[in-house]
Amino acid sequence: MTTAISVKNISKEYQIGAAESKFRYNMLRDVLMDTVYAPVRLAKALAGKSARRENKNFFLALNDVSFDLEEGKVLGIVGRNGAGKSTLLKILSRVTEPTKGTVSVRGRVGSLLEVGTGFHPELSGRENIYMNGAILGMKRAEIDSKFDEMVEFSEVGQFIDTPVKRYSSGMYLRLAFAVAAHLEPEILVVDEVLAVGDAEFQRKCLGKMNDVAQQGRTVLFVSHNMSAILRLTNEAIVLKKGQLIKRAPTPEAVDFYLSSGQAETGERIWGKEDLPPNSAPFTPIALRIKDKNGKIIDTVRSTEPATFEWEYQLDEAVTGLRVGIYLNTMRGEYVFTAFDTDDAKQFEQFGARTAGRYISRCEIPADFFNEGRYYLGINASSFGVKRYFMDENAISFNVDISGAPGTQWPELRQGPVRPRLNWTIDKLD
Amino acid sequence: MTELTKQEPTTVYIKPSTGLAALNLKDLWTYRELVFFMVWRDVKVKYKQTMLGMAWAVIQPIMTMLVFTFLFGKVAKLPTDGIPYPVFAFTALLPWGLFVTALNQGSRSLVAHHNMVSKIYFPRLILPMASVFAGLVDFLIAFVILIALMFYYQVTPAWNIIWTLPLFLLLAIITAMGVALWLSAINVRYRDVNQALPFLTQFWLFITPVAYSSSVVSEKWQIAYSLNPMAGVVNGFRWALLGSGNGPDLTFWVSASISILILISGLFYFRSMEKTFADTI
Repeated sequence: MTTAISVKNISKEYQIGAAESKFRYNMLRDVLMDTVYAPVRLAKALAGKSARRENKNFFLALNDVSFDLEEGKVLGIVGRNGAGKSTLLKILSRVTEPTKGTVSVRGRVGSLLEVGTGFHPELSGRENIYMNGAILGMKRAEIDSKFDEMVEFSEVGQFIDTPVKRYSSGMYLRLAFAVAAHLEPEILVVDEVLAVGDAEFQRKCLGKMNDVAQQGRTVLFVSHNMSAILRLTNEAIVLKKGQLIKRAPTPEAVDFYLSSGQAETGERIWGKEDLPPNSAPFTPIALRIKDKNGKIIDTVRSTEPATFEWEYQLDEAVTGLRVGIYLNTMRGEYVFTAFDTDDAKQFEQFGARTAGRYISRCEIPADFFNEGRYYLGINASSFGVKRYFMDENAISFNVDISGAPGTQWPELRQGPVRPRLNWTIDKLD
Repeated sequence: MTELTKQEPTTVYIKPSTGLAALNLKDLWTYRELVFFMVWRDVKVKYKQTMLGMAWAVIQPIMTMLVFTFLFGKVAKLPTDGIPYPVFAFTALLPWGLFVTALNQGSRSLVAHHNMVSKIYFPRLILPMASVFAGLVDFLIAFVILIALMFYYQVTPAWNIIWTLPLFLLLAIITAMGVALWLSAINVRYRDVNQALPFLTQFWLFITPVAYSSSVVSEKWQIAYSLNPMAGVVNGFRWALLGSGNGPDLTFWVSASISILILISGLFYFRSMEKTFADTI
């Protein structure tokens, strides 16, 4: 067996501020100020008062990671946000360079993330296919030979010579995907965490990934969705704070990841610096997701009940208060909105609350969520008076559907809920 | 599967590159079709949904020429070495237009394609390069107008030296490319470039002999004046096409050396910044 990917001791260092925040560009002014203050800093450093800010401004997204992958293998990559998964994929696809170490990659690396990159709204579908193909590294002759296939796959048919700005978003995405899917790379990289598009589109991506794997090509798959990792990969690596801490057959690696407690914590704690200035007298303390035994979890099992609990402090009495949650899918669709005083009796009792520390708990019944990733938003307000605190994306969690209705069929079910319904089947004749 | 995909895959080695590493011209050659497609796209898209379309490539230099002719030719009556002012100005506006397009489009090219830069590997050099080449199309269209103008004003080209024109065109491209490389790479990190561009363009026009002849600059300032690489390009164009001026003398070679210096230093600077583009853009 030949080695498709060989990663040797790679590290990637990022400068925080320049790379981390999208909205703070380094201004020439900052640099000028820095230059002006340089002698002051030097004097301080010589006097032994150095703030050691240099150390603070760098962080290692990847720290001495090494692994080999044989041709034709499908490797899962798991780890919580910021563990270095996406950085690793970026280095493998040559978008960014490692700070240290070497990687050898045998063959072309393609990623389904590149979908539609370089598409120009003014160009026709046909022109964009050629443009996008060239950007992805295809030769003209190669695009020529696959052109009909791509058009058929994209189902845009007669609109192929219409500028893509007139396309519906679905047509646009299908066409873009058609090009990426026909790149036929030797190594395919799929970062589901960043995938865009609707469920149907994501299903297509995963389907394509399966095809590629079955043709004996190498696949790297990043996901927060453990059931997808288990279903699609045989082997997985676990990344933690930039380091590779485990490589094992997928069931073992996933088990290690979930039990080692370094999966998403399922808890959000607010410090003083996280509070908006105008939230008083309401102070959020913590938000937790718990399983039926009261253990904090980041992955909710669809077949078991789960509890969302929000702890907060009221510095003075508040009337008309309601504390509640929004639930969103990864695509930003609302699943539901609910408040702790929705029930009229409850509102009578707790609408006016005295100062003190409270917990509002909400139990989600078993057999509720479908698989996927969800965002929990929170809101504390007095209707028509004031909104004290709101965070639309306070915490996120995954849903594992093992044992849920219909899981005997290995397919992706549409919709955010997966209820266990009472079906009756009558024979009528 | 088609024949094309059956070829033996090549192995790519990814490692930290040092600042003065080779420019990876091999990769640039592999991606040559992308340069073509980018130029083709820029040209195709540029005049989409405009009423006058490609005519803009002609209108812009002609309008500038008319304004210059009125202000500097008629009102200020600047000396033109005996050449009708419209032809005199238009000859300079050709390389100047090419340079301005490259300066503006090229400097913004990386930032404008940030989604490509942050998602896909390709030689980043392609982006500023395509912007410069796209300017050549406008240049060729405007060149036809120049020929018409020369006919109209019955200006005879300098037949014996006109063969040097492609060399001066090459020098214009070298200058434009060099400046575009520097500014596009800086722009990734410091968006101040975007703000400075309009001013820079205007300022540069004043110090370049487009509206006037470089002979109005006094003798002792000639060498300092020629530190502007575009001065050499514009004077070269006038000399090759109209036979005006002395041809390549010391001041020209100073200008040309600066152009080449900017290109080479630009290539190295671009290359050394290239590895961080995806992280900082």
